[in-house]
Amino acid sequence: MSDPSPLRRTPLHAVHVEMGARMVPFAGWDMPVQYSGIVEEHKAVRQSVGVFDISHMGQFIVSGRGAEAFLNRVLTNNIATLQPGQGQYTLLLNAHGGVIDDLIAYRTSEREFFLVVNASRIDADWEHLESQLTKDDDVMMANASDFTAGLAIQGPKAREVAAAVFGNHDSFPAHNTILVTMTDTGPMWLCGTGYTGEEGFEFFMPAETAEAWFRKIVDAVKAAGGMACGLGARDTLRLEMGYPLNGNDLSETRTPLQAGLGFFVALDKGGFTGREVLVEQKTAALPDKLAAFRMTGTTPPPRPHYPVAVNGQVVGEVCSGTQSPSLGAGIGMAYLPVDAAKIGNMIEIEIRGRRFPAEVVKKPFYRKPAV
Amino acid sequence: MSNVPDNLRYRESHEWIDPMQNPAPVGITDHAQAELTDVVFVDPPKVGTQVSAGQQVCVIESVKAASDIYAPVSGEIAEVNEALSNDPGLLNRDPFLGGWIFKIKPSNIAEADALMNADAYRKHIG
Repeated sequence: MSDPSPLRRTPLHAVHVEMGARMVPFAGWDMPVQYSGIVEEHKAVRQSVGVFDISHMGQFIVSGRGAEAFLNRVLTNNIATLQPGQGQYTLLLNAHGGVIDDLIAYRTSEREFFLVVNASRIDADWEHLESQLTKDDDVMMANASDFTAGLAIQGPKAREVAAAVFGNHDSFPAHNTILVTMTDTGPMWLCGTGYTGEEGFEFFMPAETAEAWFRKIVDAVKAAGGMACGLGARDTLRLEMGYPLNGNDLSETRTPLQAGLGFFVALDKGGFTGREVLVEQKTAALPDKLAAFRMTGTTPPPRPHYPVAVNGQVVGEVCSGTQSPSLGAGIGMAYLPVDAAKIGNMIEIEIRGRRFPAEVVKKPFYRKPAV
Repeated sequence: MSNVPDNLRYRESHEWIDPMQNPAPVGITDHAQAELTDVVFVDPPKVGTQVSAGQQVCVIESVKAASDIYAPVSGEIAEVNEALSNDPGLLNRDPFLGGWIFKIKPSNIAEADALMNADAYRKHIG
């Protein structure tokens, strides 16, 4: 029923197959959903370390005298606050304040920025950015997505892996920072970010060098007691932290304020696309709000598109939902009327025609146990 | 290489039944549990329900997906495995014994002859 266009493959596709991964379509790519099992891989990241292929993600380089002003006009966070080497989570909005994409923007030098965007939105983001660019902006944009691969190394032992692979010099990026260095095989961008809630880094490199790096990192990860992890574990890990997934929890019809991402919106920085809608929502009221919920008792896991009921009436559907491997309970997120989205409020999730109780809870679902 | 006991019969959708017992236990194969990984919830059928061969009777859920379980033969659901409600992982650890899902009182046990034997199922999962 859908467009049968062939799935794209990352430079590591053959290695995943060789390692016994189960491959599934994700955002137009044929990606490993798991190697050994989602729960085992999830626990490896929480307890030791895991490595993920994130080569499907997109990378844009935006440079020039006008780069800072241009990006501040199209992104929600204030990019002017970044020093070279620093990065921030930010959002790209349409004129109605809806989310085109959520991304990380790094300042790599005074006049150059490195953006990491979602795989499913590379084309939409690029078209939107180009449409916003005028010839007076003095900005150059390059889309490096097709020839750049990426790996995410995540978990309490990520530092051990970095030391084993890169040596013990200061090559571990602090949270939300970027290190751009040259290796024997080309440039590498080391970013202190992740999508799991654990310490770690994301590492981007020329696509043709990815396999050698991946094999080396898998060996180091295994030596540290961890394993290669697929998108299944990536999804349960991010959802335990309450991190949104674009396409599930974010869309072009809802604003970052509705998604609970107001912290990443700098309304006071000056004009940017979608700002008027956000200001209006801030002064009037939000139509609905993304709430985190946890199933009470033993229930089937909540999954995307299951109906959500408040006071017996269906008011929407589950955006993201899964069985939390760390908590052993069903967790999820759904847009609810603002008064129903209060912490502690009881709602119901409809699963195969039956309704099961759930409680609206504070994010994150999972907190690291105190050591 | 997954385990395929010789004494059982198999559906293409990876359920097994032990036709030598009455009521006959039904579960999913070692191959199926390995494909699903990490069963986290079993939504059992109701005892006393009449089902026909090939009818969807219950659902098992892994972290990633919900999977339908089909009746290998027609009959009445005689018993469900209560142990799975507290320990759905039993289905992964012991798919052919402790991990049975329900028992069915067959209305026509000859239907089991139409199911695959162990050799045919081994070929089926290649």
